[in-house]
Amino acid sequence: MNGPFAKAITLLVTGDSEVWFITGTSLRFALSSTLITCVPGIPLGVLIALKRFRGRRPLLAVLNSLMALPTVVVGLLVYSLISRSGPLGGLGILFTPPAVVIGQAILALPIVVSMTASSLSRLDRQFPEVLVTLGAGRAQVLWMSVREARGPVLSACLAAFGRVIGEVGAAMMLGGNIRWYTRTITTAIALETGKGDFELGLALGIILMAVALGVNALLHAAVKHE
Amino acid sequence: MKMRIAVTICVCAVLLPLPAQSVRLRLATTTSTQDSGLLSVLNPPFEKLTGITVDVIAVGSGKAITLGQNGDVDVVLVHDRKAEDLFVAQGYGVSRRDVMHNDFVIVGPAENPAKVAAAGSAAAAFGRIAAAGATFVSRGDASGTHVKELDVWAKAGGKPQAKWYKEVGQGMGAVLTMSADLKAYTLADRGTWLAMKEKLPGLKILSEGDSFLFNLYGVIAVNPQKWPKANYMAAMQYIAWLTSVEGQRIIREYTLGGQQLFFPDAIP
Repeated sequence: MNGPFAKAITLLVTGDSEVWFITGTSLRFALSSTLITCVPGIPLGVLIALKRFRGRRPLLAVLNSLMALPTVVVGLLVYSLISRSGPLGGLGILFTPPAVVIGQAILALPIVVSMTASSLSRLDRQFPEVLVTLGAGRAQVLWMSVREARGPVLSACLAAFGRVIGEVGAAMMLGGNIRWYTRTITTAIALETGKGDFELGLALGIILMAVALGVNALLHAAVKHE
Repeated sequence: MKMRIAVTICVCAVLLPLPAQSVRLRLATTTSTQDSGLLSVLNPPFEKLTGITVDVIAVGSGKAITLGQNGDVDVVLVHDRKAEDLFVAQGYGVSRRDVMHNDFVIVGPAENPAKVAAAGSAAAAFGRIAAAGATFVSRGDASGTHVKELDVWAKAGGKPQAKWYKEVGQGMGAVLTMSADLKAYTLADRGTWLAMKEKLPGLKILSEGDSFLFNLYGVIAVNPQKWPKANYMAAMQYIAWLTSVEGQRIIREYTLGGQQLFFPDAIP
């Protein structure tokens, strides 16, 4: 078979070191930002699902709409914060990997919180109460609830991962598409498309999908066999 | 158990070592220096010589200068003389040097529906395109090429406001690809044109040679007094490299398809 598929396979098999590097960068950024997001995101989602408090519904609505936050807007926001002329300029992290990870984490957070909350809402209402009567502490209730709903919670994390590995706005604005440093698959696709090399762009797109599929398969298999 | 393995793999992937930290120089530049392939031959010898890693951020000249003003880069390599002089005059940039030049060309469909004359003034060519209402794709992104295009339109009676004039806000490569698809005219820097013309069926140079289409690239260090954290020493080393005998030789000897893309100006 000719065309982009063949090209994608050739690029990977021939061990084109730059393609491997770019793929690794994409994976590293996306996994980092997803993991960082899960730390506060999952507990927050659990709290919103299990607690009844004023303003809970509006909060969920806001979180749901934040899932549609344009990636360029997040890029712009973070840029204005970490630019040397911005309030956090002293850190000097613009156009470095941490800048991209911060931007992607902001994109991932509403997805993790909102989807965790909705998946735990479907849990039996009595589940936490039973745990409490059995003598579980707060942390235990939280942990057991996540465990019980681990499939949907994992889906939440994977949805967030999918959003950040496929986004180009924040990676471009905050990373700067610097070769051998912050160039990801998506920014490389944007670059190659701009240069008119559609075939290479498509080949990179195929590699991105393969990576996403691999990560999804791995984590799904892990949870199923738990 | 498998869960733990999966998590371990994820954590390891995240912690994969980054390339060794070295002195980094942030260069904001126009897309043409990157898309033409020039920087891939010009930067590696500099990196080897000095141990400085050059981070190339390729954007339009307008944005490159903004990045310099905000202190987000250490050095800029751009082609918009008026904006460059303003950048220096306002105290954001220091030590501007001419690096190289080439020229802009007017490209369009081989059938040339507007009957643009091969030689003659660029303004006259644009006038014909306007008179014929032939499709024209404009960068529309405050890049050096866009600024030059607007200058030509100003001489040809003002910027068009018509359906055939399409401001697309994209880089040179994308604009050339769109022009080929739309059978449209556009203004391009010769470097990007030469680098891409194989992929642009039906498009050819229709007018060139007007001295008004001169395209000069300058390099400017970000003022360390304004931005003390800017890597001024590395920026000056880079400026020295671009304008050195060796740097200028690499620029002169860089060809695509047998054609020279840029003409050195510091040591002509």
